[in-house]
Amino acid sequence: MSGDVRYWLRENIGTIFAFAAFVAMFLLYVANHSAGLNANVAQTAANKGVILAIVAMAQTFVVLTSGIDLSVGMVMVLANCLASQIVIGTPMSTAFGVLAVLAVGAVCGAINAMIVIFGRLQPIVTTIATGAIYYGAALALRPVPGGDVNATLADALTGQFAGGLPASLFLLLALVTLVWWPFRHSVIGRAVYAVGSSEVSAYMSGVPIRRAKFAAYTLSGLLASVAGLFVTFVTYSGEASAANGGTYTLYSIAAVVLGGVSLFGGSGSAIGAIFGALMFRTIGDLLFVFDVEPLWQPLFQGAVLMAAVCLGSLRLLRIRNRLELYG
Amino acid sequence: MADARQMTVATALRRRIDPAVAWAFACIVLVLVVGSFYSRSFLSPEYLLQQLKVASFLGVIATGAMIVILLGQIDLSVPWVVAVGGMMATAATGWGPLGEAIAIPFGVACGTLLGLVNGAGVALLRLPSMVVTLAVNAVAQGLMVVHTGGFSPQASSSPAMRFLATGDTLLGIPNALVVWVIVGAAAVFLLTRTTFGRTVYAIGNRERAAYLSGARTGAVVIAAFAIAGGLSAFGGVLLAGYASKAAQAMGDPYLLPAIAAVVLGGTSILGGRGNYLGTVAGVILITLLQSILSVMQIEEFGRHVIYGVVIIAMLLIYGRGGKHSE
Repeated sequence: MSGDVRYWLRENIGTIFAFAAFVAMFLLYVANHSAGLNANVAQTAANKGVILAIVAMAQTFVVLTSGIDLSVGMVMVLANCLASQIVIGTPMSTAFGVLAVLAVGAVCGAINAMIVIFGRLQPIVTTIATGAIYYGAALALRPVPGGDVNATLADALTGQFAGGLPASLFLLLALVTLVWWPFRHSVIGRAVYAVGSSEVSAYMSGVPIRRAKFAAYTLSGLLASVAGLFVTFVTYSGEASAANGGTYTLYSIAAVVLGGVSLFGGSGSAIGAIFGALMFRTIGDLLFVFDVEPLWQPLFQGAVLMAAVCLGSLRLLRIRNRLELYG
Repeated sequence: MADARQMTVATALRRRIDPAVAWAFACIVLVLVVGSFYSRSFLSPEYLLQQLKVASFLGVIATGAMIVILLGQIDLSVPWVVAVGGMMATAATGWGPLGEAIAIPFGVACGTLLGLVNGAGVALLRLPSMVVTLAVNAVAQGLMVVHTGGFSPQASSSPAMRFLATGDTLLGIPNALVVWVIVGAAAVFLLTRTTFGRTVYAIGNRERAAYLSGARTGAVVIAAFAIAGGLSAFGGVLLAGYASKAAQAMGDPYLLPAIAAVVLGGTSILGGRGNYLGTVAGVILITLLQSILSVMQIEEFGRHVIYGVVIIAMLLIYGRGGKHSE
C-alpha cells in the first residue's frame, strides 16, 4: 500500500507542485488585491487563465509523445477567425458553427499527425510549416480584425454562474472530465505514454504507435480550436494575429513545463499543464497587485519562468552516475 | 592511372555532395525559373544581388541556429537576442564617439552573454534547450522592455553599422553579403577543421559517446550556444544598420525562417548531420521564395500557405527520417 502511494507521488509530483505553486500565488494575489476576492475578480482572472490552460492541455497531448506542436497557437487563431464568421445567428446555426470550428481544429491536428506519421518528418519542423499554412488560412478568413459571435453563448461561457463562480472554470472542468480523463484511462492514452517513454520499446511490445500519435495530434488540434472558440467568446471578434499565435504557442510550452510535463515525453498530465498555465497567468497579474510598474512585468515574468525552469535541474542531485546525464 | 584518379575524384565528389543540398539548389533554380516566367527581372544581376543582400541577415542568424541544431539542440531565444543585438548597438552609439566605435562589438557581446546563459542551462543544468532558450528569450524581452521603456528606441545606428548593412564595395557587391561570406567561411572552418567542430558533430550524433571518448562536451555546448547568441545579435546589429534603428519586434520574423533554412539545407534537426553549404542554399531559397511571392503580388494569406506547403513538400522529398526513429 505504501509502495502504491509512493509510486503515485512520484508519478504526480509535477502536478502536485504546479497545483501548490498556483494556489500559493493565487492566494497572494487575492490577499493583496484591493477588491479582495469577489466574483468579478475571479471571473476576469479565470477567463484570461482558461485560454492558456486549454492551449497548454492541447500541447500536453503532443508533448507526451515526446513531440512538440508549434502550430497550436496558429490553430487557435484560425479557430478564432472561423468562429467570428460562423458561430452566430439562431441556436441551430450557432451549434453548427461550433461543431464546424471544432472539426476544423481536429482536421488541422490530423494533418500534422499524417505528416509526422507517414511523412516521417520531425514534429518541430512539420508544425512550424503547417503553422504557417494555418495562419495563412486564418488571414484569408479575416484579413482585418472584426466579425461577431453569438452573444448569448459567449456571455454564458465567459460569465458567472449562480454564486459568482466563473463559468469558464466549468468549461475547463468539462474538458478535463470529457476529454482528458477518458483519454488517460483508454488504451490509446496509455499507448501515448508508452510512445513517449520509448518508441522502440512501445513498437516491440506491439503498442499501436501510429494510432497513439494520430490521437495525440488530433486531440491537440481539437483543443486548440476550443481555445480559439473561447478567445472569440471573450473578445466578440476574430483577429488573424501572428503575434498572438506565436505567443500562445511559446507560453503553452512554458505552461507545460511549469506543470511538470516532461518535454522528453511519457510523463506528466494535462491537469499539471492546466495549473502550470494558471500559475503563469497569475505571475503576470501579481505585479499589478503589487503596484510594480507595468514596464517591469515582462522581466519579472521571464525571471520567474527562468527560476521555475531551473528547478528542473534539481533532478541532477539524485543522479549517482555521471553517465546518466548523457542519454 | 589517370582514369582511376578521375574515378576517385568523381566518387569523392558524389560522396561530398549531400543529395539534400543538391535538391535545395535545384529548388532555388526552379523558383528562379518559375519567377522568370512572371518577369524577366528575376534573373537580372541587380535583383539577385539585392536578394543576396537581404539573405545575408538571415544567413548570419541561420549560421548560429545551424551550429546549435547540429548539437541536436534548438535555440528559441533568437527573436529577442536579435533585438538585444540591435538595441544595445544603437544604445552604445548614443553614448558618444567611444560608444560609436564599440557599438558593433558591444551588441555582439551582449548576445554572446545571453548565449552563454543558454549554454550553461543546457550543459551544466542539463535542461532541455527548448525551455532554457525560451526562458532566456523571455528574460531578454523583459530587459529590453525595461531598457527602452516599452517603445522602439530613438537612438539610431552608427555609421559603421550602416556601412556594413547598406553599403557597397567597389565592385557593387553589397557589404552585407561580404559579411555573410566571412561569417560563413569562419563557420565552415570551425565546423570542419577544428576539434570544436568535430566535437559538435559528435555530440549531435551521440553525446554519451562523445563524452566517453574524452571530448569536452560541456565546454563545447556552452561555446556553441555562445557563438549562436553572438551571431543572432550580430544579425540584429546588421538589421539595425539596415533600418538605421532598432525596433521591438525586429527579431520575430527570423526564428522560424532560420530553423526552416537550416533544415531545408539538409541538416538533421536531431543533430550530428548537415553541412554549411546546405544552410546557404536554405537561406537563399527561403529569401527568394518570400521575395518572389511578394513581387507576384500574391495576397499575404496565400504567401503564408505557399511558404508552408513548399517547406513540407521539399522535406517530404528529401528530409524524411528513418522508418523507425532511433
